[in-house]
Amino acid sequence: MTTYALPSIPSSPVISRGSSVADDVQSPAMVLVQDVLEDVVHQDGARLLAALISRFGDFELAEDCLQDAYAAALLAWASQGLPANPAGWLMTTARNRAIDRLRRAGKLQGKLAKVAPDRSRGPFDRDPILPDPIPDERLKLIFTCCHPALTVESQVALTLRTLGGLTTDEIARAFLLPTATLAQRLVRAKRKISRAGIPFRVPDAHQLPERLDAVMTVIYLIFNEGYQARSGESLVRADLSQEAIRLGQVLVNLLIAERMEAHLPEALGLLALMRLHDSRRPARLDAAGDLVLLEDQDRSGWDAVELASGLDDLDRALAMDGVGPYQIQAAISAVHARAKSYSDTDWPEIVALYSALDAITPSPVVRLNRAVAIGMAHGPEEGLRALESLEADAETSLAGYGPFHAAQADLLRRAGRPHAAAAAYRQALELTENEAEARFFLRRLRDFGLDEHHPKGDPSA
Amino acid sequence: MLYAMLIYQNEAAAKAATRAELDESVALFEAFHDKMNRAGHVQGGERLRHSDTATSVRVRDGKTLVTDGPYAETKEQLGGFYLMECADLDQAIEVAAQIPSADDGVIEIRPVYTDPFGPQS
Repeated sequence: MTTYALPSIPSSPVISRGSSVADDVQSPAMVLVQDVLEDVVHQDGARLLAALISRFGDFELAEDCLQDAYAAALLAWASQGLPANPAGWLMTTARNRAIDRLRRAGKLQGKLAKVAPDRSRGPFDRDPILPDPIPDERLKLIFTCCHPALTVESQVALTLRTLGGLTTDEIARAFLLPTATLAQRLVRAKRKISRAGIPFRVPDAHQLPERLDAVMTVIYLIFNEGYQARSGESLVRADLSQEAIRLGQVLVNLLIAERMEAHLPEALGLLALMRLHDSRRPARLDAAGDLVLLEDQDRSGWDAVELASGLDDLDRALAMDGVGPYQIQAAISAVHARAKSYSDTDWPEIVALYSALDAITPSPVVRLNRAVAIGMAHGPEEGLRALESLEADAETSLAGYGPFHAAQADLLRRAGRPHAAAAAYRQALELTENEAEARFFLRRLRDFGLDEHHPKGDPSA
Repeated sequence: MLYAMLIYQNEAAAKAATRAELDESVALFEAFHDKMNRAGHVQGGERLRHSDTATSVRVRDGKTLVTDGPYAETKEQLGGFYLMECADLDQAIEVAAQIPSADDGVIEIRPVYTDPFGPQS
């Protein structure tokens, strides 16, 4: 079994008081047990799974046995009461299950063969006591889930499933995919982990920077998937951002616990970046669900608590040695966060930060943003000049890149050249596939009074 | 774990190579082979003749069909393989990255069944 869902409640003499077999009304005790189990799964599931993989060296076996333990817990806890240490109970039960399976398959060798299942503290004992606390091996699990030998889609799904504790169904809904498709993706990924020998360990020092990048990429992808969710889309989708922030915090904590402080600044930078972006969420969409530009956002609507912790993470990162792209992007976000209004923003600082970012990770998109910032810092004509040189330097033409035309249009508008601006807005309109963005360009064109004959028409008419 | 490392190369480029270039390539492979052998990775491996010497065989409806050429006509062809014992995929990737052909060709890593007649797992 690979999909985690709390199993449906089997009719058992202990908990089912009704005589009808079809009676699936849950007893209050069962509902409580289910709630407690869901909490434990979300809180400790990843730690349990990681500890089991570490012990048995088999991802699939560990997951199967943990699923079995969840199913056993529902029954046992409802009939015999909650154990004092639910996570410990699950660990013992899953471990015994794994040893049973290995023994039956004749695969118990060496040291493991000597470990007998702990019969005295079987699944139906109230309070199994573990010989030692469950070790936190989640960092290894993160590196397994984000291994580059898996597709990025699989990395994302696996990370959410094992580290985020989301159900297969929840992940499928978040990515607007059929549950069966996502379940299949997870099965394939886990099979590849076992059969190709994807290791369960923290990579060697010389591989670490690259592999940590892959981990952070996955977390940031999850964040953006949720951040781009528009109103009307499922709540689970927006929750992805929260889950990504939680994962980012877990990564930071683990790096500290494992004494890998050298890699901490970028992990903190990523966390800061996500928190600072997320703090703007309440002001990001209007009543109609359309995107509100940073320029037009009501800053009093920003989440002050989230914003403050983002700034805090960034300060911690910058106090250390090792600047990187996530910290710079977070720093740009922080300049906006500290500004009272769009025009009050420290634009020269933003220009400098984009220059620094372009030096580390050169890209036309970064330079485009830099040109926009130059337009704000030194006037639209300067911004247009920066765009021109960007166009001249670009290895590939930016003519097919919508945001380029949108930026050009805005600079031309502000430079008082409405006809040229309108032409650029039309090109941007032609290239966008985003309805909200198209509505925005049409609104701008209407402001010029130049939009009457546009072939795309006015969707609001 | 035992891994097969399949070496795919551009044959046209290999055929156009000068004597000096071939000698250099051979020297690189010898150095790689020695290093990996000493580290205990090498379990086997062969260099294959070019795909214009390949013959493909299939049996359909009891009839043996023989065709000239490799299974797939692509620019990159299987040029050789190694069998390497590695702790896990990370180590296998590191070993594969050192095969001289990784610089201009592609190395495909495939885990090998420990028991080829055992259950499919």
